[in-house]
Amino acid sequence: MEIGIHVHDLNAWFGKTQALYNIALEIPAKHTTAIIGPSGCGKSTFVRCLNRMHETVPQATVKGKVTIADLDVYGKGISPVWIRRRVGMVFQKPNPFPTMSIYDNVAAGLKLNGVRNRRQLDEVVERSLRSAALWEEVKDILKKKSGASLSGGQQQRLCIARALAVEPDVLLMDEPASALDPISTAKIEDLIFELKEKYTVVIVTHNMQQAARVAEYTAFFLMGNLVEFDKTETMFTKPSDKKTEDYITGRFG
Amino acid sequence: MPRPSTQNISWRRRFVNFLAIAAVTGATLVVMAPLIIILGTIIVRGIGGLHWSFFTQIPKPTGEIGGGMANAIAGSAMVLLVASAIGIPLGVGAGIFVAEYGRNFYGNIVRFTADVLNGIPSIVIGVTAYALVVVTQGHFSLLAGGVALGIMMIPTICRTTEEVLLMVPQSIREAALGLGIPQWRTTLSVVVRTATSGIVTSIMLAFARVAGETAPLMFTALGNQFWNLNLNQPTAALPLQIFTYSRSPYDDEIQLAWTGALVLIAMIIGTVVLVKFATSRGMMKGAR
Amino acid sequence: MRTLQKAPAEPDPVSKQNPAELPVVRQQKDGGKESVFADASFRSVVVACAVSVVAIVGLIAFELISQSRLSLHKFGFKFLVTAVWNPVTEDFGALPAIFGTIVSSLLAVVLAVPLSLGTALFITEICPRRLRTLLSTSVEMLAAIPSVIYGLWGFFFLVPLLRKYVEPWLAKYLGWTGLFEGPKLGIGMLAAGMILAIMILPIIASITREVVLAVPQQQREAALALGATRWEMLRTAVLRNARIGIFGAVILGLGRALAETMAVTMVIGNAPQISKSLFAPGYTLASVIANEFSEAVGPLHTSALVEMALVLFVVTLVVNAIAQLLVWSITRGMPARNLA
Repeated sequence: MEIGIHVHDLNAWFGKTQALYNIALEIPAKHTTAIIGPSGCGKSTFVRCLNRMHETVPQATVKGKVTIADLDVYGKGISPVWIRRRVGMVFQKPNPFPTMSIYDNVAAGLKLNGVRNRRQLDEVVERSLRSAALWEEVKDILKKKSGASLSGGQQQRLCIARALAVEPDVLLMDEPASALDPISTAKIEDLIFELKEKYTVVIVTHNMQQAARVAEYTAFFLMGNLVEFDKTETMFTKPSDKKTEDYITGRFG
Repeated sequence: MPRPSTQNISWRRRFVNFLAIAAVTGATLVVMAPLIIILGTIIVRGIGGLHWSFFTQIPKPTGEIGGGMANAIAGSAMVLLVASAIGIPLGVGAGIFVAEYGRNFYGNIVRFTADVLNGIPSIVIGVTAYALVVVTQGHFSLLAGGVALGIMMIPTICRTTEEVLLMVPQSIREAALGLGIPQWRTTLSVVVRTATSGIVTSIMLAFARVAGETAPLMFTALGNQFWNLNLNQPTAALPLQIFTYSRSPYDDEIQLAWTGALVLIAMIIGTVVLVKFATSRGMMKGAR
Repeated sequence: MRTLQKAPAEPDPVSKQNPAELPVVRQQKDGGKESVFADASFRSVVVACAVSVVAIVGLIAFELISQSRLSLHKFGFKFLVTAVWNPVTEDFGALPAIFGTIVSSLLAVVLAVPLSLGTALFITEICPRRLRTLLSTSVEMLAAIPSVIYGLWGFFFLVPLLRKYVEPWLAKYLGWTGLFEGPKLGIGMLAAGMILAIMILPIIASITREVVLAVPQQQREAALALGATRWEMLRTAVLRNARIGIFGAVILGLGRALAETMAVTMVIGNAPQISKSLFAPGYTLASVIANEFSEAVGPLHTSALVEMALVLFVVTLVVNAIAQLLVWSITRGMPARNLA
């Protein structure tokens, strides 16, 4: 099994408040890993440190080492822009660009980074929309409708397509289905299941059943600390830490 | 809100209430009256001179009947062009700064200064443009007029640009950054692009406001009886010409003033109405 | 805490990878390093624009002071209190203009405030919903009319009206106040005050509207629940709560009146005199500059006029600052737009 993401001694702060304490983790490549934990435990912060989005918040700081394949994410001279093209992100609330068409939305990551070749763009747009299981529904209205005119579930799949168009190695998903209805959620979960064939997927979720459905590995965070990391099956049936057991059985959270 | 029941209230209170409501309604009518009267007067007096020649001829020498304000209309257009070239980039740029890079002390200073600039009387700006451009160049010029009006456009555009940019949700910026789009591209091609319609609206409104200004042009562009589109020479402008003719002893020049006023007000109100119509119909949809 | 144990994998052989197999976006130039330069350039451009705004205001102040040096030096503070304005003898004092500015603006405010308040209240509280847009748009139209057109209308319509009907009536019935004496020319302080009043109506009305809308609905309902009539509710719940903001709106209107140039110049008569009567022609700071600047007799004259501009600048600065503070304290930082 190849290593996807090495995390070593990761600490993060919002101003003076520390949000992550000495996180060390190895996320396996081409698998889906779920990050679970109660509200405020640092799971979103952790994931945002992987693609250097954490530092876009004013006064937010990070210390530690993150390696993706052989790339030192926080290395000297490595630009965050470059990292973010290799690590894609899908956010909790679907956020398509409102004034752009569906086509332009998917192509945004490419167009705005200088790719001009019409054929290449067409190819990438179709491929990404197919990977996001949205192609059939929008192929006739690609340039006619804006990204914001789709339903919630479709918008989120559009955002996934947009992230995939850049062909990242890793796909980070921060509670991607929490703003959606159950049917759209099911569609997204099916999608995530297929995506792991090609990408390393890390999905933050507050829904344990969702983690059990889509992820092969799960990490449990509590108050900024990584408590346990194991195969999902093991974690949910024979957790090694008492805190994990308490959370999973619903004693708190 | 349900109307309050007036059954158990004293006669006196009811009367005061009635009087107050009547007074307030009356006030509104009194306020509407000048609007109707002014617009009516302009239309009635101005329409008589609305010939084709108004738009194609320049003023005849004093004493001769006829002529038009073609040079003034063209001159105004040129001055406004120069003004836009100054006001739009500076206004939009400053607005972008305050919204995207200036959520701090420095941004507050810029915002405060823009408000100060907004309140400066137009004639004071005219005097400054005189000192800056006319004195330096040694002569009155179209350029000086453009500078004066351009300065006046900046605060309106800056403030409104800031407002519409702030309305773009933070999630849009994050989405763009998350795709590996550099900061500057995010601001320009995503955020500003989302807010474009609002920015265009602000530009049009600033334009309409500045188009009718006379005082700043009085000692910058100065006015001109003939055609001039040369940046370095004085030029006629519609509001200026209206002012000059209003003081004339000749009837036909006074008629030209009224027609000029009609054209000017039609242009300004037309722009404002257009903007309102487009905005309310959502034709210019942008940031939610 | 358990972590998976496994051997580190082969590092991703990026350098050995065939460039054509890289994702499309990574076929572009280098690793996003050029964006650092672009980011910095963009930021500099934008900062330069912002700085230029501040610089312009500074320039204005600087030029006003430097161009009025001659006059400042010659007259000093006496300039503000001397009542003479004679370009021929080169004797300049700003008092007539200051007096005229204050009187015309105060008159405008006195006339405009009740009307604007009434209109604002009517539009927000009383009138049927359907009329609301029409009325507020009409008020905005008033604001859109340029000063020179107000002046044109004022000179050819209002002034004759005043001369033939209004001024004789005022002199007859209110002449005892001493405010309505002298020849009934039509032009003069009264005309200026009335035109200014019409011109500042929209700004007072629209700010008042914003301020009144900021009063929470619960306040109105509380008053009504106690059995107040419509007017009593407005008086106690709305106006009382919003009075600071309304005061700010009035001050803003005053600021606008102080700065008005063209309309005033065309109807005030342009005479450097101080008089008790509202029928008398006069001068304002703005109108004297407009009238005399392009034909100024000599550098001292010009310098004195620039000093007038400086006085006007300072006065409007102070007045507007006070107004903004008052309005801000109610609407809590929402920008005070001119048109609602």
